[in-house]
Amino acid sequence: MAAIRLSVPDTATAGEVIEIKALIQHPMESGFRRDSRGEAVARDIITRFECLYAGETVFAGDFFPAVSANPFLTFHTRATETGTLVFRWTDQDGQSWEDAAEILVE
Amino acid sequence: MNDRFEPMKLTRRSVLLTAASASAFGWLARPALADPEDVTAARTALFGDAPVTEGRVEVSLPPISENGFSVPIEIDVESPMTPDDHVTRIAVFSPRNPLADIAHFQLGPRAGRARIETRIRLGGTQKVTVVAEMNDGSLWSGHAETVVTLAACVVL
Repeated sequence: MAAIRLSVPDTATAGEVIEIKALIQHPMESGFRRDSRGEAVARDIITRFECLYAGETVFAGDFFPAVSANPFLTFHTRATETGTLVFRWTDQDGQSWEDAAEILVE
Repeated sequence: MNDRFEPMKLTRRSVLLTAASASAFGWLARPALADPEDVTAARTALFGDAPVTEGRVEVSLPPISENGFSVPIEIDVESPMTPDDHVTRIAVFSPRNPLADIAHFQLGPRAGRARIETRIRLGGTQKVTVVAEMNDGSLWSGHAETVVTLAACVVL
């Protein structure tokens, strides 16, 4: 559950805008679906995504049920310093999953 | 005559009528779908009453989405993304999903480029609206249309 895949360049030049891809395995159950017996399936979604670069939030998002299962995001950030990018997803119940990537800025 | 008004008799006609009314109620029991006013309401709830100008926001959706459960969307907002002039928020709205809100994003000059790609669910053929807020408070919008062959939410 909740496998995370990240695509972050290993190195970048200072000031370069880098592309980041982040995916987390999650059903994103919308709460609008019914099972085979006609009963509503309870909502279970990730509501928050954050990307922190050297401790500072550079990109964040709020998700609603219309975000597909296994939420996949592509976004950008400016490479400013050598450091760690932390990716954090939080679901509706406050449970969170985290992964990190190192980047070397020359 | 009037067989169908006698509850104890199961005729072909009464069975068909029951099935027809059951499916009609099934239709009514589905979640209410959002409409363009809900998009306006959701936008106002997030950004307030400020006027929205068309432009600076480019939205791409495939012309035909075979699977409404996963539609790739690309958003590109024209902005230098400097500390003096950057995009602060981007929101995606649907006029035909059970909820008008799809996703909200928060950016800043550290983002370097206001371009986002993700995958969304669409409950039918529709025109998706994306609104971007700049750091001076101005709101800009863009749209993209797609034909959804298999709608999310409706297939239960």
